[in-house]
Amino acid sequence: MEHIRMPKVENVRLLDRLSSRKAALGTLYLTATHVIFVENGSEARKETWVLHSQISSIEKQATTATGCPLLIRCKNFQVIQLVIPQERDCHDVYISLIRLTRPVKYEELYCFSFNPKLDKEEREQGWKLVDLNEEYNRMGIPNNYWQISNVNRDYGVCDSYPTEVYVPKSATAHIIVGSSKFRSRRRFPALSYYCKDNNASICRSSQPLSGFSARCLEDEQMLQAIRKANPGSDFIYVVDTRPKLNAMANRAAGKGYENEDNYSNIKFQFIGIENIHVMRNSLQKMLEVCELKSPSMSDFLWGLENSGWLKHIKAIMDAGIFIAKVLIEKDWVSFGHKFNHRYGNLDGDPKEISPVIDQFLECVWQLMEQFPCAFEFNERFLIHLQHHIYSCQFGNFLCNSQKERQELKVQERTYSLWAHLWKNRADYLNPLYRPDHSKTQGTLRPQMAPCNFLYKFWSGMYNRFEKGLHPRQSVTDYLMAVKEETQQLEEELEVLGERLANLQKSQLNGNKVKSKQQDQNKHLGLSTSSNSLANTPQEYSNDLKSFPSRSPSQGDEEDSALILTQDNLKSSDPDLSANSDQESGVEDLSCRSPSGGGCLPSEDSGKDSDEAVFLAV
Amino acid sequence: MEFAELIKTPRADNVVLHRPFYLAVEGTLCLTGHHLIFSSRRHDNAEELWLLHSNIDSIEKRFVGSLGTIVIKCKDLRIIQLDIPGMEECLNIASSIEALSTLDSVTLMYPFFYRPMFEIVEDGWRSFLPDQEFELLSSVTDEWRLSCINKDFSVCPSYPPVVIVPKSIDDEALWKVAMFRHGSRFPVLSYYHKKNGMVMMRSSQPLTGTNGRRCKEDEKLINATLRPGKRGYIIDTRSLNVAQQARAKGGGFEQEAHYPQWRRIHKCIERFNILQESLIKLVEACNDQSHNMDRWLSKLEASNWLTHIKEILTAACLAAQCIDREGASVLVHGTEGTDSTLQVTSLAQIILDPRCRTIRGFESLVVREWLQAGHPFQQRCAQSAYSNSKQKWEAPVFLLFLDCVWQILRQFPCSFEFNERFLIMLFEHAYASQFGTFLGNNENERSKLKLPQKTMSLWSWVNRSEELIKFQNPLFEANSLVIWPSVAPQSLQLWEGVFLRWNRPSKFQDEAQEEMINIIKYNKQLQAKVNALRRQIAEMGTDDRM
Repeated sequence: MEHIRMPKVENVRLLDRLSSRKAALGTLYLTATHVIFVENGSEARKETWVLHSQISSIEKQATTATGCPLLIRCKNFQVIQLVIPQERDCHDVYISLIRLTRPVKYEELYCFSFNPKLDKEEREQGWKLVDLNEEYNRMGIPNNYWQISNVNRDYGVCDSYPTEVYVPKSATAHIIVGSSKFRSRRRFPALSYYCKDNNASICRSSQPLSGFSARCLEDEQMLQAIRKANPGSDFIYVVDTRPKLNAMANRAAGKGYENEDNYSNIKFQFIGIENIHVMRNSLQKMLEVCELKSPSMSDFLWGLENSGWLKHIKAIMDAGIFIAKVLIEKDWVSFGHKFNHRYGNLDGDPKEISPVIDQFLECVWQLMEQFPCAFEFNERFLIHLQHHIYSCQFGNFLCNSQKERQELKVQERTYSLWAHLWKNRADYLNPLYRPDHSKTQGTLRPQMAPCNFLYKFWSGMYNRFEKGLHPRQSVTDYLMAVKEETQQLEEELEVLGERLANLQKSQLNGNKVKSKQQDQNKHLGLSTSSNSLANTPQEYSNDLKSFPSRSPSQGDEEDSALILTQDNLKSSDPDLSANSDQESGVEDLSCRSPSGGGCLPSEDSGKDSDEAVFLAV
Repeated sequence: MEFAELIKTPRADNVVLHRPFYLAVEGTLCLTGHHLIFSSRRHDNAEELWLLHSNIDSIEKRFVGSLGTIVIKCKDLRIIQLDIPGMEECLNIASSIEALSTLDSVTLMYPFFYRPMFEIVEDGWRSFLPDQEFELLSSVTDEWRLSCINKDFSVCPSYPPVVIVPKSIDDEALWKVAMFRHGSRFPVLSYYHKKNGMVMMRSSQPLTGTNGRRCKEDEKLINATLRPGKRGYIIDTRSLNVAQQARAKGGGFEQEAHYPQWRRIHKCIERFNILQESLIKLVEACNDQSHNMDRWLSKLEASNWLTHIKEILTAACLAAQCIDREGASVLVHGTEGTDSTLQVTSLAQIILDPRCRTIRGFESLVVREWLQAGHPFQQRCAQSAYSNSKQKWEAPVFLLFLDCVWQILRQFPCSFEFNERFLIMLFEHAYASQFGTFLGNNENERSKLKLPQKTMSLWSWVNRSEELIKFQNPLFEANSLVIWPSVAPQSLQLWEGVFLRWNRPSKFQDEAQEEMINIIKYNKQLQAKVNALRRQIAEMGTDDRM
């Protein structure tokens, strides 16, 4: 690779973020797709893999006596601190990475070289997994009020919309085209969600180009058509997600918001979600708080408050209370959310990058916290989704619109994340999910008004790689393992029942049938390894360090939680800490066996593997 | 005294009860000597609310015309509102509640009148005796002895009659050590770590004063717990500054010169009104329904509650680390040795000792390290977050301990036999109860009040299978390991189960809990069935061969 000035550096130290005492010595490799750190030491060589596309910033810090520190921050919130002995090597690595992490062509992205060894058919199936038309069918569309319009078939009306758009039946092509001309980037109002029980619908569009006084008859007709598509209602809400001030300011630029005098029967409401620049800064501030070394409670809470992040989350939740439908494919990808600009996959204007999808995922998580039985998927699903939105390992989130993706032939040249997630769906299930929930409870009603402060800091996401900060035992993994065991028990019960019936029959017949023993020995349940709490003390006091009689750190290796090793791409999902999380989670269950006999190791958690390996590739 | 004298209006009709998240209910209000009882008159859905007067922390009244409204704020943090028609009735009821909720004589409290409606299987007053504890200890070491030096509470009024001390120290030496320690709380055994024979002791501060007094017997006592050539740690729960200031009042700390084998570490755990203020601010923030997300965080921060949690947990983790990782013995004390000291010693045991994570073991821990160790429950829990009394001795020391346990439980959800409800139940009973367990400030007072004879023990009630089932954690798998919690701010959370308990509907969390129980119950049923079938088949196999 022409961009790699320094493919390999030895004697590099990888620092531990939580504990300055621990640093790993090893070798740093740069490849076309990854930064790899391989720890020295013959037994279990730990490896840390980071995809170039995950890297959000690289910082070369002032050289010290021990070498030249390099700080790598990732979009999945991993932070890697390296110390490279020679300044020149460090500079070369730095320059190489700067280039490698800012590819100029889509073709340089990992998904164009990533090959999970699927055949063509499997690849195609993967892309068909999420079918928009089916989603709309599920909502009961098309029907008497709504239809598919092919007005945008060759992206002639709006290049950031998909080719098939759902609009009210009464909206003619003339109205749509007219309305589109009156909207920013021609994003005319189109159906997002339809509730067949009461005909209510959610449509979305960009801001109108109203300026201070302009109006557009077709656009007014378009909104009328939407209103009439719900015969039960005589008005529609127009929800502007911006703070009113921003909307007003936009009028000077010829944009703005709908004038209630011109549109009959609309009710206007501003929600006050700040713009992408505010959000980006807010996230930045929150991440700085997450990165603090041993912060006090006050530092942390103050920092969190000052970042304003949870305030923004609340604003979005307030707005999204009726659109918090967990349909990413539909709501985001197909409707031209500017993936490329917002996620910075390619080199571009840093001001266009914003954590909108992070916020969406967090809102979903906040809902999951409040409604533990209402979601089929678990937290890990959201975390992996976030990871892959930035990993560029799959083609789903490339480019800014369907049009661009088609031009790039994404579906023929890359693989779909949904297929990958679907394949591993067992890892992403919420054991508490009750499918009856939506029937018995109907729509979720988050505690908006009185206890709006239930919004919590999501350490599972933002401190994802600081494993030491998370609960040491996972309720989700435990219950999943129990459920898996239950399923095995059900199967065994059936087998045993049959065998008993056979035995009884054969005894009746006086025949001697030698019963097969092998099944009986079948060991049920989960791996009975140690109860790996993976757990060692933190630095509870600085004073302990200087105490002379300190014993050699017994098994201190186990809490090097930051370092992720990986069995080198053996799995198709090289990333995801979570695969290994999952493993250690199951191990946690140790002594679950049908006989109930549990043998626990007498050692304490010292020996167990927190080296549980996560890796970021 | 007759309670009837205090109750001018024993009953009022057409009273309306308001609670958050419930529809207002109309019904009848009755006052008895110990309870406020509200019962709705509706036939279809009769509802009763029984509130102990001793649970009432504060009461406010206001009038609109002749309709009076009483707002009752309870020690368990719940707030209810009663609309009472008729100004006189309302005034009478309010003044009765005020008087009945602030009775100053312990013997008028409800536990002295309460007659249990359940069968007593096991007398909780005899469930956790020091002798049993010592028997367990004797099976692993013979270096300790039971001393009856305090049998009539004459040496140390806040200690139990028997304590565990090093075998090599006789009672005469203990006398001298007692003179050298604040409130005579000489060092006693708190915990023995079977894995490596290291111990945790607790005491009060030494009375070194400004001129550096020393006591040879004190030095000998604590040195007796060290292995040859080993050193130990003294964890002082006060900052060095506070400890130094204590010398002016006759207190102080162990000087290196006189305790060369010990290394002293100062931690800073707050006490008394600072904690009470913190609780008041936190509860105020939790009850404030007007604010937005931002002000919530700064109010949470300003309350400092989570800072206290972090400090206490850190000190406990440090003590556990010294014992388990450094292989050193530890002595813990603050000033009196009745508050922060007990927080640290009891939490360290939860980290180190799997037994303390069982229901029975945790009860035993509360008895040993809080009740028998002389934590002044009656003073500390006299009032809660809504009171204006601001007495110096009121402090949510025990609630902070329970909150810390909850934080560890949250981080290790499968390692505890009990659930969150168990901790909440203990919080409630520490502040207001029909049982005598938490009355009095120490064993001396309890013995004078004849509590074991005159009142029922909380443990007699809890340890029956029909109650226990409510407090069991379905995820529990015995875990013999030391559990090291994270004390990073990202890992510590507001205990919603206590502080938001009355401000949010619990329906969805309850539903999740229920689902968890079902998943595990079903699994166990299947296991039993499979095992039974296997046995049956095996038996038929043997029959076959015969």
